[in-house]
Amino acid sequence: MQAMVYRGPYRVRVEEKDRPKIEHPNDAIVRVTRAAICGSDLHLYHGMMPDTRVGMTFGHEFVGVVDDVGPSVQNLRPGDRVMVPFNVFCGTCFFCARGMYANCHNVNPNATAVGGIYGYSHTCGGYDGGQAEFVRVPFADVGPSLIPEWMDEDDAVLLTDAVATGYFGAQLGGIVEGDVVVVFGAGPVGLYAAKSAWLMGAGRVIVIDHLDFRLEKARTFAHAETYNFAEHDDIVVHMKKITDHLGADVAIDAVGAEADGNLLQHVTAAKLKLQGGSPVALNWAIDAVRKGGTVSVMGAYGPMFSAVKFGDAMNKGLTLRMNQCPVKRQWPRLFEHVRNGYFKPSDLVTHRIPLEHIAEGYHIFSAKLDNCIKPLIVPNAA
Amino acid sequence: MAYTPDKPKLAESSDDLRARIPGWGADLDPKDRPSVPQEVFDPDLSGAHWEFPERQPERWPRERSIEHKFLTPVFGTSTPPRGLSGAIRRYSYAKYSEGRAAHWLLLLAADRVDVAESRLRSLVTGRPDRLIHETGVRSELSHHGLRSRLGRNRTDVTHHPLDPAIAAAPYLIGAGLGYAIMRRMARNR
Repeated sequence: MQAMVYRGPYRVRVEEKDRPKIEHPNDAIVRVTRAAICGSDLHLYHGMMPDTRVGMTFGHEFVGVVDDVGPSVQNLRPGDRVMVPFNVFCGTCFFCARGMYANCHNVNPNATAVGGIYGYSHTCGGYDGGQAEFVRVPFADVGPSLIPEWMDEDDAVLLTDAVATGYFGAQLGGIVEGDVVVVFGAGPVGLYAAKSAWLMGAGRVIVIDHLDFRLEKARTFAHAETYNFAEHDDIVVHMKKITDHLGADVAIDAVGAEADGNLLQHVTAAKLKLQGGSPVALNWAIDAVRKGGTVSVMGAYGPMFSAVKFGDAMNKGLTLRMNQCPVKRQWPRLFEHVRNGYFKPSDLVTHRIPLEHIAEGYHIFSAKLDNCIKPLIVPNAA
Repeated sequence: MAYTPDKPKLAESSDDLRARIPGWGADLDPKDRPSVPQEVFDPDLSGAHWEFPERQPERWPRERSIEHKFLTPVFGTSTPPRGLSGAIRRYSYAKYSEGRAAHWLLLLAADRVDVAESRLRSLVTGRPDRLIHETGVRSELSHHGLRSRLGRNRTDVTHHPLDPAIAAAPYLIGAGLGYAIMRRMARNR
């Protein structure tokens, strides 16, 4: 089969690989019909995530058709159209039994601090991902769901991570009616988080970024007030000025490890890998939120330490909430919201890239060329 | 304005927002949200029909965190460790916990060794890497590379020149070392 493979920092290609096999009785093999490149894939692409091996296939956002199932699979049959959450999870460990599907203890031998994620380095379990014609899906009876008949495939693929993560990030903010919410980052997760904040009753939603085309999308898609941090000498001071010098009630970091806005932080973290991530957005969130407020962290950071302003967080009495999103827990409600027209996930798709052009896809998304917000990957077998 | 007990007034009321924004307030009740509370004990919810899953066969000694009690019943089988990078990885997993910086630094080092090994392997097997193709840099021409950057007030443009340097660093270092060795050999004749 054809699959994207990692060749080293900033380099990927399509290769012929062996088709994945059933390795456990509850595995399924899925023929991928749509995949996406996620902003967090860029951390792998840039060589930031420890134990990212040459030859691995990335991709944790994908949907497809069941091609084969293991002997113990009861809920799926070959031919079923399925959407697969980015979390690999068993459903019954201590954490899954409590709904913490992103924190499963039975699927990632490489680390206890993170669960299993498709195509996200060996630090997240060493599973090949869905930027390929076929992918192995463990625990087929608990992970995938049938794609509702009324749902478009392009919407379904975005629900496997980006939409669910944005929605989850807004939930972690504990938003109550009338709250002022600031979202750092106008990538797909930030835009969905902004949109979700309104569903939870926010009274004002502010989005911060430095890319004008993404801020335009924040205004049109997420109905948000926007500010370009590059146009302000100090975005934190500006945030205080526009919130009566109190700060926002809730701040959401939807940027993560490769934040811009401070060259020293960016170079030491994103380029030299001396930190688990450049915590510029997280520090801005801590500074921009009011005392007693909540910071929700959706941005992905690596396992190394980062220079985070914990003193300020402590002195301000902040609540910091964060996790990888337990995607499947979000789906029933998100399906309702999509069906009611509150969300049209695929509105953010800007590029559709054939699998054989995956190298260009990664470069376009990484360098933010051509006003790229969300690229979908269309495998040849689709 | 003085600092007073009241919350600053918003420009729009809830009714205004409900009229303007599709779905505003659909999840207004903080207790009625899918991930609230974070932990809800319901072992039957997931649809799993096992208490502890069957074990996936271990076809090679699978590296694992020493913080785990045992090899997890299910695991990824992508790219088994091999060569020097594999040895570094296995050592890091066997020796250091996730709480130690050494663990992660060794894994990052192994990643770089892995790239060098794969490069050598591709040369030896007579199928050298297509370096330019793999960077996807041709999209700079087809997807408005200059127009996407110039006059856009983007802060990331300042460090974009570092990206090709990072991608090319192993070759530049290798070429530099090669040149130094050749020069020394020529001097010693």
